[in-house]
Amino acid sequence: MKVKYFAWVRERVGKSEETIDPPDSVRTIEDLMAWLGRRDETYAHAFETPKVIRAAIDHAHVRPDAAIAGAREIAFFPPMTGG
Amino acid sequence: MTAKVTIRIQEADFDIAREISALTKGRNDIGAVVSFSGICRDSDDGNAIAALTLEHYPGMAEAEIARHVETAMSRWPLTGVSVIHRVGRIVPGENIVLVLTASQHRQAAFAGAEFLMDYLKANAPFWKREESGSGTSWVEARHHDDQAAARWTKP
Repeated sequence: MKVKYFAWVRERVGKSEETIDPPDSVRTIEDLMAWLGRRDETYAHAFETPKVIRAAIDHAHVRPDAAIAGAREIAFFPPMTGG
Repeated sequence: MTAKVTIRIQEADFDIAREISALTKGRNDIGAVVSFSGICRDSDDGNAIAALTLEHYPGMAEAEIARHVETAMSRWPLTGVSVIHRVGRIVPGENIVLVLTASQHRQAAFAGAEFLMDYLKANAPFWKREESGSGTSWVEARHHDDQAAARWTKP
């Protein structure tokens, strides 16, 4: 599945998108953030406060307990400041 | 007649009069047009702003705005809605966002415009980066924007 990062999440991770293949045990957005955070120090820093990071699956906002199975595109970003 | 909906995300500035004209052209059933434009200020909490850069999530931004417009049109009898959101580098005094609503009577147009702005502020995937004398920083989301959006939720 594709993962996209925006704003300061993108700056901390160091890339705007990537393709990932998490194991089946990674079931929810919350699980995914923890799994990504364990990759290395860079990812750990990016996801150190998961509560302030928002997520979307296939262009729709989702909660941390949302299931990621079947997702084509997941995005992580800070609270929005548009408008 | 079907409602006219325009949603655009663009770097270029917009002309409010031209957009109102486009929204109302050819229709005689519109009695009210409400216009809201968001403008870049030159200071934030006393800190002078040199410029704002707006980042967005292409694909989701359009989809999210469209969802909000659809919700607004299902709640109020709007005959037209335009939402134009700029992205890229914007300097103080320049336009950032435009919301136009049209209806037969003013109540729907006023309510629809306010609803759309409250929801855009809370949910539309855009992020502002501020350039000031002290460097560049990401603008933090305001809790009261989430509260403003929440007050439209029916009990």
